[in-house]
Formats: sequence, structure tokens, C-alpha cells
Amino acid sequence: MSKGEIVILDCWVSPFCLRVKIALKEKGLEYEEREEKELLGKKSDLLLKSNPIHQKVPVLLHNGKPICESTVIVNYINDNWPSPPFLPSSPYEIAQARFWADYIDKKVHDAGGNIWKSKGEAQERAIKDFIEIVKQLEEGLGERDFFGGDTFGLNDISLISLTSWFHAYEKFGNFKVEDHCPKFSAWIKRCSERPSVSQVIPDPEKVYEFVLMLKKMFGLE
Amino acid sequence: MADEVILLDLWSSMFGMRVRVALAEKGIEYEYKEQDLRNKSPLLLEMNPIHKKIPVLIHNGKPICESLIIVQYIDEVWHHKAPLLPSDPYQRAQARFWADYVDKKVYAPGRKIWATKGDEQEEAKKEFIEILKVLEGELGEKPYFGGESFGFVDISFVTFSCWFHVYETFGNFSIEKECPKLMAWVKRCQERESVFKSLPDEKKVLEFVYFLKKIFGIE
Repeated sequence: MSKGEIVILDCWVSPFCLRVKIALKEKGLEYEEREEKELLGKKSDLLLKSNPIHQKVPVLLHNGKPICESTVIVNYINDNWPSPPFLPSSPYEIAQARFWADYIDKKVHDAGGNIWKSKGEAQERAIKDFIEIVKQLEEGLGERDFFGGDTFGLNDISLISLTSWFHAYEKFGNFKVEDHCPKFSAWIKRCSERPSVSQVIPDPEKVYEFVLMLKKMFGLE
Repeated sequence: MADEVILLDLWSSMFGMRVRVALAEKGIEYEYKEQDLRNKSPLLLEMNPIHKKIPVLIHNGKPICESLIIVQYIDEVWHHKAPLLPSDPYQRAQARFWADYVDKKVYAPGRKIWATKGDEQEEAKKEFIEILKVLEGELGEKPYFGGESFGFVDISFVTFSCWFHVYETFGNFSIEKECPKLMAWVKRCQERESVFKSLPDEKKVLEFVYFLKKIFGIE
């Protein structure tokens, strides 16, 4: 199948946009990035036209047709360019993968957000909740190299993208994920060695500085 | 080999109903096991240890959780009949987007309409009607969200229709007045056997909410 024109409406620091970029690179696809300043309240006409419902990045434009919501986009990329596959082949294993994708989507980013948005006792509780979630994921990973089993798959893509903000959480919360979840940390290192990840993942210090700026903006210092 | 299909569910859950509709569309026989969520069964806790919620589908002993994941699973396993998702990747992505929209948006303001009062209730009602209008816009002139055929997005949203009477009663508004095309779609879906056999009577749901409000002390 021909690749067509692929454009991503992007934001360098967004872990959700990162998912799409990693997915495209895993499939060996070339794409154009258009940086949006949506997180700072500035939305381009193209973004508003392509994602009128949520008005958020990422948006994938494939031959001009928009696809929105990062997990929907990654599934679309997988459906349209099946090799290498992001999902297992059996319906039951696919359902398990989707279950974890849903868990990751519902829990991780918000729990991390609670860490940098709070202080004192509230922050202590937020750190505890966050570590519980990471432990749950570590248990879900088990002895496998990847959430996809032998192969880097949908949930590895979804989750490794969210870990780009972990350094910021650790710095604000004064804790280290590695101390509590060594197997999970080993998985992070394993994924980070992949070119599809290392070529697009933002500098953790720059992410920390960005979150610091967000704190100032929201008066949460 | 005969399939063993069990559904752990709660009669009033719009999420559980999605699974019932999908199973009925595919003509799959299953055992329905009503759950008491105030006193969760060992089976439910064993099959859904992470969320401890219904619905759970148990297929030949193996559990699948989260209603939209279950519906997709059903579509993939019993793929030879009544396809629920389109085969074209772009159309599939649109279907997933809209089912995700329903999942993220409808439940919370709907619940606030019957569970709160005053300004909070008014806000929720306003938000709820906005969301219905967005969905009505997406439906457009099509008979179903899926186009000519009843599908994934229709299933994800139609199960809320038996709760419309609850929202209208407590919110004091008419969904028909606000979104006539959406109500026409609801009536069209309710003519399908899979829908009218899977959804409870709206009056029963309203009685249930009166009961819930009493036991939670939300008068």
C-alpha cells in the first residue's frame, strides 16, 4: 500500500503526540510534523478544522483526512500498515492488550499530574497512588521483555511515551521509580534503546522545565 | 466445540447492556449472572481483580473486561455474522473515536442530573444537552451512526436511551424537543430485537433511581 501524505499536528512535550511519532517510526513511515502551541492556548485554524470536537493534539492527517485521539491514531496506523504488528493475533490476547491500553490511558498521566500539581501531604498521597499504579503495570508485564510479549507493541508505545514525564514527577516528588519498580525501570531502558523511541523522545530536563513553567502559569508554585 | 459464554452484569447498567446487545446481534447464547455490587461475588473479584466492575464476559473460562473491549472481542471472535465495526481502517478509526467520545462524555453529566440539585444540576443538564447535540450532528441524515447498518457507535450510545426518562424527569426537560433526530434514531434502534430485548423498561430504571437516591440519602 502506498504511504500517502502523513502529517502530525504535534506538540514536542506531549506524551500523546509522542505515541503517534513512535508508532510511525516503528512502521518505517515518513511524516511531517507541524508544531502546535495548543498547550499554551494558541490553536491553529488547521487544528480547529481537523479536531473540532476536542481541539487537541495529536491529530494525524493522512492524505488530508484527520484521525484524532492518540490510541485511535495508533490503532489506525496499525490497521493501515499491518507490519510490524502492534497487536497480537488472537482475539483474546488483543482484548487483554486493549484492557491494559485502557488502564494506562485512564490512570498514569492523571496520577503523575497529581504529583506536580500538589504539595505536602497531598503530594505524598499522590506519589503513593502513582507508585501503586506503576507496580500494577510491572505486575502486568511479568517476566516478558515487552507488554507486547516478544515484540514491542501498542502498550509499550502508549506507556513509554508517558514515561517521558517521569523524570519531572521524580524531581518534584523527590522519589525514584527505580527504587520501587526495578523491573519496570529495566523495561523503560529496554524501550529507550529502540531508535523509534530515542529519535523522538524529548529531553527529560526540558520536560521538567516545561512542567515548571506550567506550575507558574497555574499559580501552583 | 460448544462455546461457554457467561456474562457478569447488572440489569440497570448501560455498560452491561452494550454487551447484551452485541451478543444478541450475533445470535450468541450465553448465561446471564446478575451481580450484587454492594456484595461482590468471588467470581467477579477473580475475573476482574483490577477494576472489580461489571460487565465481564467469560468465554470458555477466560475473562474479558471493559464493555467496549468486550464488544470488539465479540465482533472479532464471531466475525462471520453482523459485523459491528467497519472493515476500512479510516472508517474504523472514526467509529472508535465516536465510541470513545460517548464513553468519556455522556455518563458523568447524566449522573449529575439525577444525583445533584441547584446550580450543579443545571450545569450538568446544559453540558448533557450540548453533548447530545454534538452526537446528533455526527449522526446527520444517516439512519445509524454506522451509516446504513447498526454498529459499534450505535451500540455504545443506544444503551443510555433507557436512562433518558430518568434524566428528563429529574432535569425537567425533553430530549425529543432538544434533539428530535437523535430520538428518531433511538426509536429506530429500539425496533431491533437485539435492543428491545436487552434494554430494561425505562419506568423500571426510574423506579430504581428513586430507590438509589433514598439509600444514598440524595433526595
